Amino acid sequence: MQIQSMHFKARAGEKLADVRLQQNLKKLATKFVTGRANAITELDDFEGTRDAAAERRMRAIENLDVWLDTFEREAARRGVTVLYAETADDAAQLVVGIAKKHAVKKVIKTKSMVSEEMNLNHALEAAGIQSIETDLGEYILQINDNEPPSHIIAPVVHKDKEQVAELFARVHHRPPLTDIEQMTHEARQVLRPQFLSADMGVTGGNFLIAETGSVALVTNEGNEGMCTIMPPKVHVAVTGIEKVLPTLEDLATVMRLLPRSATGQSISNYFSLLTGPAAQGERDGPEHMYVVLVDAGRTGLIGGEFQDMLRCIRCGACMNHCPVYQKIGGHAYGWVYPGPMGSVLTPSYIGVENALDLPQASTLCGECHVVCPVKIPLPDLLRKLREKQFAARMRPGMEYLGLALWRFAAQRPLLYAVATRMAARVMKWMGGSKRLISHLPFAGGWTDTRDMPAPPGKTFRELYRKRMSNDEG
Amino acid sequence: MRVGLFYTCLIDTMRPEIGFSVLKLLESAGCEVVVPEGQTCCSQPAYNSGDREGALALAVKFLAEFEDVDYIVIPSGSCGGMVRVHYADLFADDAMLMARYGLIKSRIFELTEFLHDVLKLDAASIIGESGFAGRVTYHDSCCGLRELGVQAQPRELLSHVPHLQLREMKDCRACCGFGGTFSVKYGDVSTAIVDEKCANIRACGADAVVLGDLGCMLNIEGRLRREGDMHTRVLHVAQVLAGDV
Repeated sequence: MQIQSMHFKARAGEKLADVRLQQNLKKLATKFVTGRANAITELDDFEGTRDAAAERRMRAIENLDVWLDTFEREAARRGVTVLYAETADDAAQLVVGIAKKHAVKKVIKTKSMVSEEMNLNHALEAAGIQSIETDLGEYILQINDNEPPSHIIAPVVHKDKEQVAELFARVHHRPPLTDIEQMTHEARQVLRPQFLSADMGVTGGNFLIAETGSVALVTNEGNEGMCTIMPPKVHVAVTGIEKVLPTLEDLATVMRLLPRSATGQSISNYFSLLTGPAAQGERDGPEHMYVVLVDAGRTGLIGGEFQDMLRCIRCGACMNHCPVYQKIGGHAYGWVYPGPMGSVLTPSYIGVENALDLPQASTLCGECHVVCPVKIPLPDLLRKLREKQFAARMRPGMEYLGLALWRFAAQRPLLYAVATRMAARVMKWMGGSKRLISHLPFAGGWTDTRDMPAPPGKTFRELYRKRMSNDEG
Repeated sequence: MRVGLFYTCLIDTMRPEIGFSVLKLLESAGCEVVVPEGQTCCSQPAYNSGDREGALALAVKFLAEFEDVDYIVIPSGSCGGMVRVHYADLFADDAMLMARYGLIKSRIFELTEFLHDVLKLDAASIIGESGFAGRVTYHDSCCGLRELGVQAQPRELLSHVPHLQLREMKDCRACCGFGGTFSVKYGDVSTAIVDEKCANIRACGADAVVLGDLGCMLNIEGRLRREGDMHTRVLHVAQVLAGDV
């Protein structure tokens, strides 16, 4: 995916002005926020389960090499070819290579954010291989001129059904529909022949199970089964190296949290554990199975201050609950991962210099940390990124000047007292008879849309001192 | 009991009257209130801007100023969160500072925590006589709620004020969009967030929104007034409890 994160500010402004998007984003609160709140009450010990999941994920991350080796050995034993890619581009080329080796003309895909990192569809098309998205949301985006997803689990959450109906009518050359069920039937009719004529299926991988060499897939539409078991002779799973879990028991723990945190479901409609290609005599399964494990910046986080981010299970709860994401949606973040997790991952994977706004564009309200099923301290990580930016002089000069002046004064109480006395008086004067300041220099971002309630003109410090001297006198 | 009051930089400059309401509450409950003279700021603006060095200098200053009191009371969730939660991060590399901090950490309280959990203020000891009469709604400030766990205390204290009716608004736990310098750097996003807060306040039919943090206070009041709402009052919980309204 093209990196657009440097345009965050301008794009956020456009998104705020998009009345239709604003309406569509309201779905987040009703569908995901309420859904999750209800679903987590089903667990007797939600907090304990979160702790256990975080611990189990960290156990995998802290010995990643061991568990990846175990996964590779177990998967290979069951006939899977495991390949590693250092960069996202390398990973895309590996998939292209596999397709070429098996003379593949048509690929069908499930939703995979790692494949977005890889620009996989683009790489396949460039090699003359057709690639078709079969997740309904991703399919809608693909036929809309390859629009990028705006959410990691609900890629098309920014659109309403009327927009989809319009798009279907235009692209499918059929009369426009109004009913969602009819629309899904239409998509099914269009996609069914594609499933049946594809040579290779590409999926993501929610988790890798080391002890069995399995790939775990969590979906709601059943397209995953069509991509892996039914028609294609080749199945390629692409996923990040950090997705490994040591045991099936670990998987059981995180699966208690993933669907509940993501969509408010106790369990997703489909949940598959894919363990090797079809063995002799088995009727189901592909002839060949590959797993492409993508690094693309992940090892850079191991052992460092951003390591906690690697235990992310990609549920999207952080963005669903983020007051900023709720107002601007995912596109403004400008890369694969939006919301709080994206504001940590994007600078970590593609460089903090390519995403200057993202660590800053958060109120640090902490709700993302509260809802994260694996307790990633996202606000702390964002703050650490801010520290990196500050130290590398990536912030505007005015910010350094302002902070330096404020710092200088705040460490010198006498100077600070004089400065705040003056500020209180000036602001009182600026407020006039209404006691509201409608324009503040250097804080236009505030006063463009808000008044600043003016202070009464004397500081607490001076009033308190006066009271003390009165008491004594 | 010697109670050190950290009155916060925003109360100092923007709303000194709130500082006096806090004093009134503490003194009428029998506390000997100490107000260290050299205090300025808890360092949160530096900390959240990535200026760790600047934040550490002010945290050390705070430590020296408040070491010799029995309790430290802070009438703000965000300053309270900074001092009680994040100083540990700032002091992490210095065993001496950590040890000194360890001695005061458990004695640091946000105002309503202190009034409710430590002083155990009840209906009889609330000065609500001349207090606010009408419908109020409580806005949970982010740091107070999520870093300190302040949620029940202000509500229970408010329930003791006669003639005050507490009505919960929709999404009372949601951020108001202030976020310190976020509100200036991303003023438009911040405004969209506070608009939703203001709509929820109005929808619950409250005469006043009560809160425990100056940042949220200025943000919500500033937006309400700019939008022409001159009657919904925005009050600090200390003002309401002290009857200074």
